[in-house]
Amino acid sequence: MIFGSGIIRGMFVTLKNFATSYFRKPDEGGLFTVEYPEKRIPLKERFRSFPFLVYDGTPENLRCTACDICARECPPKCIYVVRAADQDGRPLRRPAAFTIDYSVCMNCGMCEEVCPFDSIFMDHEFEIASQDRYRELVYTLTKLLKSNEYFNNIRPRDAQAVDKKRREAEEKKKLAAAQAAKPKLDEPPKPV
Amino acid sequence: MDEKTVTVQDTNPMDTETLEVNFGPQHPSTHGVFRMNIVLDGETIVSVKPVMGYLHRNHEQIAENLTYAAVMPYTDRLDYFNSMANNFGYALAVEKLARIEVPERAQYIRVIMAELTRLVNHVSVIGFLLNDLGAFFTPVLYAFREREKILDIFEAISGSRMMCNYFRFGGVKRDVSDADLEQIRKIVQKFPAFLDEFEALLTKNEILCMRCQNVGVLPPDLAVNASITGPVLRASGVNYDIRKVDRYSIYERFSFRIPLGDKGDVYDRYYVRILEMRESVKILEQALKGIRPGEFIHPKSTSFLKLPRNFKPPVGEAYGRVESPKGELGYYLVSDGTPQPWRYHVRSPSLINLTVLEDLCVGHKVADAIIILGSIDIILGELDR
Repeated sequence: MIFGSGIIRGMFVTLKNFATSYFRKPDEGGLFTVEYPEKRIPLKERFRSFPFLVYDGTPENLRCTACDICARECPPKCIYVVRAADQDGRPLRRPAAFTIDYSVCMNCGMCEEVCPFDSIFMDHEFEIASQDRYRELVYTLTKLLKSNEYFNNIRPRDAQAVDKKRREAEEKKKLAAAQAAKPKLDEPPKPV
Repeated sequence: MDEKTVTVQDTNPMDTETLEVNFGPQHPSTHGVFRMNIVLDGETIVSVKPVMGYLHRNHEQIAENLTYAAVMPYTDRLDYFNSMANNFGYALAVEKLARIEVPERAQYIRVIMAELTRLVNHVSVIGFLLNDLGAFFTPVLYAFREREKILDIFEAISGSRMMCNYFRFGGVKRDVSDADLEQIRKIVQKFPAFLDEFEALLTKNEILCMRCQNVGVLPPDLAVNASITGPVLRASGVNYDIRKVDRYSIYERFSFRIPLGDKGDVYDRYYVRILEMRESVKILEQALKGIRPGEFIHPKSTSFLKLPRNFKPPVGEAYGRVESPKGELGYYLVSDGTPQPWRYHVRSPSLINLTVLEDLCVGHKVADAIIILGSIDIILGELDR
């Protein structure tokens, strides 16, 4: 082979790519740059960024019971939970403070997996850049709480599965309660 | 002094002093925060002393204070280019330790993910190698175009492009949908065409051949003695691949060949990677054909997902290893029956492959040291841990 033919062949590849990039589709080697932030690629449903807390209806009606499992299992230990107490000092099933340090969080999704009350989930929000690490990136309870509708909006499949599971559990609970309350009249008389 | 009496006796007529140069830790060609302490005689390298530890994050000690499950996201950060392969090795080690079975579908998903990572790694390593050679960003951007498609798949399946955290003990985190499988099929189908194009651009390029051939030759006996693994070892002509030797997971079901190099120079290391990608495509085709609906995680291990602190492997030790794109990636675990590993050690291929750097570099020019380092394929996250 003539010396230099490899280079020329390579040049043809770049020329071909340059010319055809104007005609081909983006996923077939065409121009695929998206002009962020004016245009955005739709996020995948399973995409995970940072954790948030779900509430049903109103923010007072939050699902979190301050069980502290997420804080214990969090690999970089960025979740801090303080359990609420009534006037007598007895612990309540809700958090007094729930803080996540987003600057420490490593987006692994462990909290979402271990939560037994379907309360904490991974968000799609990723544009959280700010000037102040402490004032902006340490998220407190008010900033973390988001509605179930929002959750249904960003991750419809996961949210519907969770809602179904919760409904079934509720019905089961109601049924059990009704069963317990009902007097046992129709019990067959014991044979004498 | 009479001019005629001066004769050149020494091969080094200038008789200058040697020059010590510090490459890095902020030099772009060192692929991260790695420092090479090079002693130069003119342009020729006399000695190389690698200086490591700039990215040390105490990975092993952190893992010994966490539950077994919580180590998984940390393994992503070892070799951040192929987090799926890292997950694979750790999952294998824990499954060996706790004797957990993995269902059929999960095995297939794992192999598909591991081979896709190999494509991602090799294609970008070749791109970066060309960058080091001075082919500024054309090859690497062609490579990244393909890599991006695979990373999109990873995002759709695991939730994250690079820090996947996808494998679990006894399976994978979530099932792969048929649409995703279809997308993978499409990528795998088109990949050989891309490789042909990539090869037309590079393989017979005279500049690449002249710069890479006979540079940084690694003799097979030295490679074996220094326990080099992965494409660097195979480029020296030693037939050793953990996928064939250990036959972990379900690799014995697929027919694929191990490409071997001839001389062990930088060019062979480049070309072995190209051929390995072609074999990976073959494995992927077979795996995509063989995958059947079923469980993606063993029903027994789902309870550990909810309560990682209840996961207490029996007392003992285990070593799980995979053929990661860089070489043999091994995890050594010792359990004392508590939820935390008593000892956790990572055998990282980047670190061990780097030990021959001085043998490869001495006698070559400075510019060659950079491509030799690029051809060894190190990732500092794994090197320093």
